[in-house]
Amino acid sequence: MAGPLYIADCESAVLTVALDGLSVLFHQPSGMTHIVAPPAPEILAALQAGPADAPELLRRLRVLYDFEGDEAESALHARLVELEAAGLVRRA
Amino acid sequence: MRHRLDIQIGPVAFRIGSAWKAPLDALERLYSSYPPPEDGLADFTVRLEPEKPWRRFIRPSVAIKGDYVLADAAPLSLAHGLLAAEMGMNLQMALGQKRYLLLHAATVEKDGRALIMTGESGAGKSTLAALLGERGWRLMGDEFALLDMASGDLLPFPRAVSLKNGAIKVMEAEVAADRFGPRLDGTPKGAIRHMRPNETAIARMGEGATPALILFPRFGEAEAVRGVGAAEVFMRLTQASTNYVALGRSGFDALNRLIAANPALAIDYPDTDTAVGLVEDFWQARAA
Repeated sequence: MAGPLYIADCESAVLTVALDGLSVLFHQPSGMTHIVAPPAPEILAALQAGPADAPELLRRLRVLYDFEGDEAESALHARLVELEAAGLVRRA
Repeated sequence: MRHRLDIQIGPVAFRIGSAWKAPLDALERLYSSYPPPEDGLADFTVRLEPEKPWRRFIRPSVAIKGDYVLADAAPLSLAHGLLAAEMGMNLQMALGQKRYLLLHAATVEKDGRALIMTGESGAGKSTLAALLGERGWRLMGDEFALLDMASGDLLPFPRAVSLKNGAIKVMEAEVAADRFGPRLDGTPKGAIRHMRPNETAIARMGEGATPALILFPRFGEAEAVRGVGAAEVFMRLTQASTNYVALGRSGFDALNRLIAANPALAIDYPDTDTAVGLVEDFWQARAA
């Protein structure tokens, strides 16, 4: 069974400022500020290409980043759960 | 209200009303050289009222009321009425101020540049700011830093300095007796004595300054200094702000500009003289 499809708000809805290794995001639809570590900003950027389930998202991330090993998918899943709880990604 | 006092403090005008005369007399002495509101209108109103009508006379108990109230704020005894007025002014600012990004921080100025000091209660920022204010710096405020979101400048808010416990003695050794309010013992924060800023701080209360350095002082530790990364500064300053969330995007942009333009240091210090020395060293290094 295919996993859920995730989407993120368009880039212009989230203001991002990089601060020594971390990023602060101002999510305009909610007015909330989040401080996030990699790979959260990279996941949000990868979702700009359109809705994706976890395997598809991993494929997109692997084009640009070094996401190796069997644990990559479970780590990605954990980050998606966090981002969904924060309101930065939601299910399509 | 039976008794009333209107005063201007920096860009903010307060109207303080009280059911009793004594707290306002003490407040009037403490703020004796402050001007009345510029346009005659108050931005915030504070009211000191009996908790129950009959308690104006019997075991008087002061409840803090105003435009903005905390539902569970405990009433204070009448002997602490001056503290109630001060807390009331803080409360109106913390809950109601929307024109400036408000940081729970002390600020002092030299040559048009401002030093911001923020930390938890007891970190020593009030004492340090008060001391610097008597030693060649201009005290802009010991409690709230007001960041103008359009210009990025800090505006003064030179309220009476609230000295607690050990800090009282430090400043009594430094400043003439007529600038102090009564000593209030047994308050929720221990002993408190308010100190009027000097005439320079009051005369220049309309004059802002450009931020130059952010310090996170911590009293009671061996001397130590470390640089603080931008992400940590961001987190600490949002925690130190009472209205960051309410200001939305303007607050986010203003805070990021402040952080991008200013170095930040955490300093631990065992006594105030050490801290003053460290501040002077950093300041010279920053100017160089």
